[in-house]
Amino acid sequence: MTDVAEPARTSSIGQPLHRKEDARLVTGQTRWTDNLSAPGTLHMAVLRSPMAHAKIVNTDTSPALEQPGVIAAFTGTDLADELGTLPCAWPVTDDMVHPDHPPLATDEVRYVGDGVAVVVGRDRYAVADALEHIVVDYDPLPAVVDMERALTDEVLVHSDKGTNTAFVWPFSAGDIDDAFGSADVVVERRFIQQRLIPTAIEPRAVLVEPVAAAGEYTVYSATQVPHILRLMLALTTGISEAKLRVVAPDVGGGFGSKLNVYAEEVIALVLAKRLGRPIKWTESRSEGYQATIHGRDQIQDIAIAADRDGRIRGLKVDLKADMGAYLQLVTPGVPILGAFMFPAIYKMDAYDFRCTGVFTTKTPTDAYRGAGRPEATYAIERIMDELAAELGTDPMELRKRNWIRHEDFPFETIAGLTYDSGNYEAATERAMELFGWDDQRREQAERRDRGDHVQLGIGISTYTEMCGLAPSRVLGSLSYGAGGWEAASVRVTPTGKVEVVTGTSPHGQGHVTAWSQIAADALGVSFDDVEVLHGDTKIAPSGMDTYGSRSLVVGGIAVHKAAERVVEKAKRFAAHLLEASEEDIEFSDGRFTVRGSPEAATTIQDVALAVFAAHDYPEELEPDLSSNYVLDPENFSFPHGTHLCAVEVDTETGRATIRRYVCVDDVGKVINPQIVEGQVHGGVAQGIAQALYEEAVYDDDGNLTTGTLVDYYVPGAPDLPAFTTDRTETPATSNPLGVKGVGEAGTIASTPAVINAIIDAVRHLGVNDIRMPASPERVWRALREARPAHTQDDVSGLGEEAGGTSADGLTGDARQRGPSERGGQQ
Amino acid sequence: MPTISVKIDGTTYRDDVEARLLFVHYLRDRLGLTGTNIGCDTSNCGACTVLVDGHSAKSCTMLAVQADGCEVQTIEGLARGWAGASEPEGGQQDGWHPLQTAFHTEHGLQCGYCTPGMIMASVDLLADNPDPSEDEIRHGLEGNLCRCTGYHNIVKAVHAAATQMKAGA
Repeated sequence: MTDVAEPARTSSIGQPLHRKEDARLVTGQTRWTDNLSAPGTLHMAVLRSPMAHAKIVNTDTSPALEQPGVIAAFTGTDLADELGTLPCAWPVTDDMVHPDHPPLATDEVRYVGDGVAVVVGRDRYAVADALEHIVVDYDPLPAVVDMERALTDEVLVHSDKGTNTAFVWPFSAGDIDDAFGSADVVVERRFIQQRLIPTAIEPRAVLVEPVAAAGEYTVYSATQVPHILRLMLALTTGISEAKLRVVAPDVGGGFGSKLNVYAEEVIALVLAKRLGRPIKWTESRSEGYQATIHGRDQIQDIAIAADRDGRIRGLKVDLKADMGAYLQLVTPGVPILGAFMFPAIYKMDAYDFRCTGVFTTKTPTDAYRGAGRPEATYAIERIMDELAAELGTDPMELRKRNWIRHEDFPFETIAGLTYDSGNYEAATERAMELFGWDDQRREQAERRDRGDHVQLGIGISTYTEMCGLAPSRVLGSLSYGAGGWEAASVRVTPTGKVEVVTGTSPHGQGHVTAWSQIAADALGVSFDDVEVLHGDTKIAPSGMDTYGSRSLVVGGIAVHKAAERVVEKAKRFAAHLLEASEEDIEFSDGRFTVRGSPEAATTIQDVALAVFAAHDYPEELEPDLSSNYVLDPENFSFPHGTHLCAVEVDTETGRATIRRYVCVDDVGKVINPQIVEGQVHGGVAQGIAQALYEEAVYDDDGNLTTGTLVDYYVPGAPDLPAFTTDRTETPATSNPLGVKGVGEAGTIASTPAVINAIIDAVRHLGVNDIRMPASPERVWRALREARPAHTQDDVSGLGEEAGGTSADGLTGDARQRGPSERGGQQ
Repeated sequence: MPTISVKIDGTTYRDDVEARLLFVHYLRDRLGLTGTNIGCDTSNCGACTVLVDGHSAKSCTMLAVQADGCEVQTIEGLARGWAGASEPEGGQQDGWHPLQTAFHTEHGLQCGYCTPGMIMASVDLLADNPDPSEDEIRHGLEGNLCRCTGYHNIVKAVHAAATQMKAGA
C-alpha cells in the first residue's frame, strides 16, 4: 500500500548515522558538572587520610576557619548524624559482614583517601589551602594490603566485626568430584587480576543547589546513575524524592566508576541543607585515584579437568575478591556476576565455584567495565590454552571440541544460564579469515625455526558475556536491592515532532542517536524529528540508569515498546478520522491507511495534531497519544565473539608489541554500526590496557604508589594498534529488535587474547604464565626464570636459572608433559 | 596582583590575577570559557589543550600570568576562526573546522570530554605536518588521553581532516 507520491522512508535502524550528541561536544558548548555554578556557590574540599589505617584521636578544624575565604569546616563527627552511612545495595549472602561506611570517618580511617573533614569556602584555591590548616592526630594501626594475609585476621580492617571475610558465596552444579576423579588430565593455575583504576577522563564532580526555605534540592553530579542516586540520597537524608532532583548533565565517561553513591554527593547535599548555599566539589585526578572506586583485584585459583580427547569434564574456581575497606554500592556483587561466566561457551559435566570477599585497607572496589565478567573470561580463556598445551593440541581445536554448537541453542549452561542464541563457529571462521590464521601460524613457525629473537604469538579469546542487566526476578534471587527494568516514554508533539524520555543515562554511548533511530522506525518519522531526553529526574522520573551493557537491551527496547503503544493509540484516532473500523487500519512508515481504500490516509503527525486539538475524537478515548513502557527483560542477552591477537615478543628486551588485532563480535542486530564499532574499539583498548599497561600498586603500608596519571599508565595513541573489526549477526530471541548489547564486550574479550598471544610466543621457551600487566620487565623476567640452562646460549642476554614455571599444578598424566620436554627450539 | 592582557578567541581580556592562578582556571572560572576541560593534575591527559600563539599548550601547566601578551585559541573559538569551506550536512556544522567535522563524521569521540583538547592538539599537529602517517598521528597525539575510543577513530578523523584541508588549501 505504497503511496507513489511519498517514497517509503528508509529504515533508520542499521544505518551508521552520525551522532546527534556531537555538535555540542566538538564545539565546547558542554554542560559538565564542573562547568555549572549557581549564585553564591561555595566550594568544598575534603581532607583525606594519609594513613591506610589509624585511630582518629583528635581533629581540630578551627585553624582552617581563620583562613581567608573559608566559610565553614566540619569533621566527620560534626556531621555524623546527618551523613549516615553509604549504601551497599547488594548483600550477596544473608550473613554478609556489612560494616557501616560513614561518608566522613569519625573514629577510624581505613584506607589512604578516607575522608576525615571538609572545608567550605568561596573559591577552590581557598579551600584547598585551608585543608592544610586542619590538625588531625592519628594513632596508627597496621595496614593489611594483601588478601591472603587479610584472611588470617591477624589485622582486622573492622575490628568490631572480628573478621576480614565479608562473605563466602558458593555455587555448584553437577558431580564435581566425579568429573575431577575420573578425568584424564587436570590443570590448575593461579591467575591474578590486578587492581585497576577506571580513569573516566572527566573527574567526578557534584553541585548541590538548595531552595532551603522549600526544602528542595537539585543535585548535579557526574554520575551514571541519577535515579539510583536520588533514591539512595532520599533514603539517607529523609528528603522525599519529590524534593530531590538529580541531574546527570554531560558526563564524561564512567566505565562503572560513576555507578555509585559517593561520600561527596552525600556530604555536599548535607552541607547545602545545613548552610543554605550551593555546594560544589570537583575531584582532582590524584584525589580521585584514592576516592573513586577501583576495579578487578582478584586471586583466581582455577582447575580444569578433561579427558584425553580434550572434552572438558569439570571446572573448579576458588576466587578471592578484594572489597577494599568498605562495601560500595555493588562491591560484593561484582565477583558474583563473574560466577556465571567462568564456564563461558563450553559444555562440561560439573562446575564448582566459591568466592570469598575480603576486606583490606585499600580504596573500595566496585564495578569496572565488565564487572566480574572480564575476570572470569580471562581465567577460562587462559586455562583453555594451558589445557591445550598439556594435551598437546591446538588451542582453537580444543575450543571447537567443547563449545556449544550453533544448533544447540537455546542452551542451558552448567552455571544455570540459558543462552538464547549464538554462532561461535561463524564468528570464529570470520575472525580466522580476517586474521590470516594460516599465514600467522606459518610465520610463527619460521621465526621459531630460525631462533629469531622476536618471536610471534597468536592469542585467542572466544568469549561470551551476559548483559542486559537484568531480569528483576533473577536479581531478586541474587539478593540485589532493586529490579532490572527500564522505563521509557514517547510523545508526539502537536508539531509532529517526537519526544523520547528514557531512564537510561548515557555518558558517551550515543543513546540520543540510537534511541532516535529506534523511535523513528517504530513511528515512521524522520530521525531528525526525534529528540531524546534523559539524565534529569525531573524530566525522566523513572529509570534504572546505565551500566552492565543494559541500556539498549532494556532501555532501548522500552523505547521501542512505548513507541508501539503510541501507534496503537493513534490507530484508534486514525480510524475515527478516516471513518473506518480500527481493524481495517494499517500502519506503515508513519502513515495510517484503510485496508482496501488506499486513497484514505493520514499520518501520525496529523493524528497527533488532531488529538492535541481534541475537537473531534471518540468519546471512549482520552485525547492523548503519549505512552510509557517499563520493560523488565525476560532473560539476559549473550553477545559473543572471537578475538584474535598477534603479538611480537622481543625475547631480548621482553617488550610485547601487538602486531594485529582482529575482533569479530556477534552483538545481535545492530541499531547503529558506527557506534557499535566505536564501543568495540574502546572496550578492546581497555582490555589491552589491563593486559599490558595498567596496575594500581599499593606498598605494604597501604600507600597507593600509582596515585597519579604519571604513575598509573593509561595508554596513549602510540601504545595501541589499529583494530580490525567485523560482526556476525545472530539475533537475540529475547527481545523484538534482536539486540544484545556491546558496551563491555571488547573489554571482556581482549585481555586474555593478548596474554594468550604473549604466552604462545614464548611457551616453547618454558613460560606458561606472565602476571599482568605484561610489562617488558615481567616478560623478560619470565623468560629468564623459565629458560632451561642447556638452551641459555640460544637466546642472548637471558639468565642462568634452569627449570620451567609450570610443573606445579599438573596432576596425573599431565605431569609427564612438563615444560622441560617441550622446551627449546622445535 | 599582576595584571595580564590576553587575547582569547579574538577578544582581549585585561584582568588582575593571582600569580599562582592556573591559566585553565582563568579560562574556566574567571572567563566562563568552559569549553576547555581539566582531566588531571599532572599534565598527562591533555584535556585542557589550547593554542597559545599558534602552538598547542596544556593550559593546566601554565599560569595565567604566562599568557600575558599572548594570543590564545580554544575549542570555542575554533569554528569561528576557520575560514575554510563549511560542511553541507545538516547545516549545523557551518563554519566548523575540518577537524571538528571529521571527529563527528568518523565517530572520533564518545563521551567527548577529551575532545576539545584532542582537537586543539590535532590542529597543531596538522600545522606542523599537513600529511601525517598513522604512526605520526599516534605519536603526535601521545600527550592526549582518551578513555572511550581506543584512538582508532581519532586517528581516522585526523587523517580525514588532513585530506580535506589539503583539498581545500
